[in-house]
Amino acid sequence: MPAAPQHPEPLQSGAEVLLRALKDQGVEVVFGYPGGAVLPIYDAIFNQNAIRHILVRHEQAAVHAAEGYARSTGKVGVVLVTSGPGATNAVTGLLDALMDSVPVVCLTGQVPTHLIGNDAFQEADTTGITRPATKHNYLVKRSEDLARVVHEAFYIARSGRPGPVVIDLPKDILIGKAAYAGPVDTHRSYRPRTEPDPAQIARAVALLKGAKRPVIYTGGGVVNAGPDAAAALTRFVRMTGFPCTNTLMGLGAFPASDPQFLGMLGMHGTYEANLAMHGADVLLAIGARFDDRVTGRLNAFCPDARKIHIDIDPSSINKTVPVDVAVIGDAGRAIAALTAAWEADATEPDRAALAAWWRQIDLWRQKQSLRYIQDTAPSAVIKPQYAIRRLWELTQAQAKDVFITTEVGQHQMWAAQHFGFERPNRWMTSGGLGTMGYGLPAAMGVQIAHPEALVIDIAGEASILMNIQEMGTLAQYRLPVKVFILNNQYMGMIRQWQELLHGSRYSESYSNALPDFVKLAESFHATGLRAENYGQLDDVIGRMLASDRAVIADIAVDPKENCFPMIPSGAAHNEMILGVEGEGEARGITDEGLVLV
Amino acid sequence: MPGPDNNHLRSATISVLVDNESGVLARVIGLFSGRGYNIDSLTVAPVDDARGRSRINVVTSGTEMVIEQIKAQLDRLVPVHRVADLTREGPHIAREMALVKVLGTGEKRVEALRIAETFRARVVDTTTESFVFELTGATEKLDAFIDLMHPLGLAEVSRTGVAALARGIRTI
Ligand SMILES: Cc1cc2nc3c(=O)[nH]c(=O)nc-3n(C[C@H](O)[C@H](O)[C@H](O)COP(=O)(O)OP(=O)(O)OC[C@H]3O[C@@H](n4cnc5c(N)ncnc54)[C@H](O)[C@@H]3O)c2cc1C
Ligand SMILES: Cc1ncc(C[n+]2csc(CCOP(=O)(O)OP(=O)(O)O)c2C)c(N)n1
Ligand SMILES: [Mg+2]
Repeated sequence: MPAAPQHPEPLQSGAEVLLRALKDQGVEVVFGYPGGAVLPIYDAIFNQNAIRHILVRHEQAAVHAAEGYARSTGKVGVVLVTSGPGATNAVTGLLDALMDSVPVVCLTGQVPTHLIGNDAFQEADTTGITRPATKHNYLVKRSEDLARVVHEAFYIARSGRPGPVVIDLPKDILIGKAAYAGPVDTHRSYRPRTEPDPAQIARAVALLKGAKRPVIYTGGGVVNAGPDAAAALTRFVRMTGFPCTNTLMGLGAFPASDPQFLGMLGMHGTYEANLAMHGADVLLAIGARFDDRVTGRLNAFCPDARKIHIDIDPSSINKTVPVDVAVIGDAGRAIAALTAAWEADATEPDRAALAAWWRQIDLWRQKQSLRYIQDTAPSAVIKPQYAIRRLWELTQAQAKDVFITTEVGQHQMWAAQHFGFERPNRWMTSGGLGTMGYGLPAAMGVQIAHPEALVIDIAGEASILMNIQEMGTLAQYRLPVKVFILNNQYMGMIRQWQELLHGSRYSESYSNALPDFVKLAESFHATGLRAENYGQLDDVIGRMLASDRAVIADIAVDPKENCFPMIPSGAAHNEMILGVEGEGEARGITDEGLVLV
Repeated sequence: MPGPDNNHLRSATISVLVDNESGVLARVIGLFSGRGYNIDSLTVAPVDDARGRSRINVVTSGTEMVIEQIKAQLDRLVPVHRVADLTREGPHIAREMALVKVLGTGEKRVEALRIAETFRARVVDTTTESFVFELTGATEKLDAFIDLMHPLGLAEVSRTGVAALARGIRTI
């Protein structure tokens, strides 16, 4: 066919156009699983070397791997799955990425356009099913739209508040010829605001300068804004002398070792972070969304504080908590603007009040709300908190960059509390959806992006079984991911709620019939280790860290340990239950609280 | 701003200018049903063929905070160009059309016709036992008319939902 004047280049197949668009988007890795509807794409993959395909063992894991890849690099993670069951298996991962604002582009196969709507083999209404689980989705119905849609999808996934985008690709579109068009960095209707309004910045600085009991509360948005934003945050916090707390998603954006760090806040946050929130007179929220796990009972949340909220997504502002000053824009740019405005403003902050505030905070710190008691007899049972502490301490001695992922449950909270994160993008956890089975595939994605790094999935014995098949992927690509299981033989987080809120009726929360994790590791060509007691812990961690292979370290920990502090659902920040001496029943739980999750 | 009374419900007529692409209406409706917002009425039609744009008018109700949230959620849908809260942004005109079928004979029929005249409803179909009235106006006017037709043999109603524009020189 002679080249038409508007396409000086010869037309390629849709699948080739797709790969070219991915390459032009800087994609190096795709996590995927084949099927009939996407075979043309696999053909195109076979014929090139620019893009590496990682064959996962389940499509949900492909999305979590892409999330781990994305969150540890700041790039868009890419997924490729087939139609029907391939697409439906990916849905949990997509919603996970949506809730945690992770940029992912997911390519799904679809039956050919003329069969859509016919209940064809492996047909699913993928755009219908994924609409509420994605930031945006597309069904490509015309070859000439293909290249544009791919570039738009990447732009949408990474711009503004990041999120997952699905492109549903009918097989005839992949086989038919299509013209190529290059990347674009604009969109006709989606143009999120990134530059903050100077007037709002000025109002924010005026409030901050007058603060007597300020708190800076930052979240995943600072991580989304990139390492420069985290560095700017650190400078701003140190310049102001204000206390700083992070959400679960925000950990690492401010160094955990900094004396101005109060630890995580919220349901399992520290005593000092939550009481500082409760007592604050000015609250500066940056890239955090006032999640219910953070606010506790809304009508008792920060009762005395004037609130400033910086967020790139206007729908995050005034969603659950009304604020006094709203700054819409990118966290990095807003922090830079705040810093400049703070320095330009001659008003002196109230240093005396601030010093008194720190004295109060130091009193709260003396509660040592993360304290636990570890018996140091060699045969003593290992406390899960201690296992994390040792893991943290022993990894600090390593020359390698350390990345932690988690599953969901108590172990996740203990990791958040006891592993100190000094830098952003080193902590990957499922916060919004709380997806058990996230950690292993996410670790896989991180390891692909950072082959030299030490990547550890801190897991629970129940969660790890949800995507355990990915041990096969680790073996195939020789990914030396370490799986560190805090094995308490319970769905510990469930057991804890049952103990505290449901009269100790441990209904179906015992991890019965567990596999032998050492043998399981070995059967997947990995190393299996087990620590039964205090005396064995360091040796097992040491061997795990020294290994250049994938390892499952099964750590037997106290099955009865609860995760404290805890603000029960529906309670206020100052109605926290403390561990060690405060252990026991949950006070302040109302029937209203009981219906909350 | 903190402060707006968070228990007071208000009605809002919101106009949304969208790209006329497949699935856009599903996105808007899914947003309302998925997040538990009310839809009192909804209309959609292309308004700019050259640029491929449609206008969706939705009448909803909620607290001030919920309505602000609805607008923010609509605005972040990718194919949405602009969201206008006509109720809040100034005076506006909202109109809908109804076709109202009334069955009856004798005195009731005469009474229905008389009321229709005062409402400036047009008779667009008639048989010896039925009328179809066409009535255009504000939602309240249509409600009032339909209420009055109830005892007079109201059989069926078809309404368009609200079309709305700002008064004066303002455009969306
Ligand atoms: C078992 C369990 C227990 C939990 N307990 C806690 C707990 O105790 N404490 C806790 O904090 N969390 C806890 N969570 C997590 C919780 O559910 C939420 O996921 C988390 O609190 C949300 O974090 P975030 O507010 O930082 O928002 P994210 O979900 O990270 O959202 C980021 C926000 O920043 C905005 N944003 C994105 N990009 C930018 C940018 N470039 N610039 C500016 N803004 C941007 C987004 O619009 C959004 O509003 C728990 C989760 C689980 C599973
Ligand atoms: C897919 C999924 N199903 C169910 C839950 C509810 N859930 C939250 S924590 C938890 C138990 C996790 O047990 P384990 O992995 O052993 O962690 P532990 O709490 O014991 O540390 C369950 C069932 C969930 N978060 N995700
Ligand atoms: Mg467990």
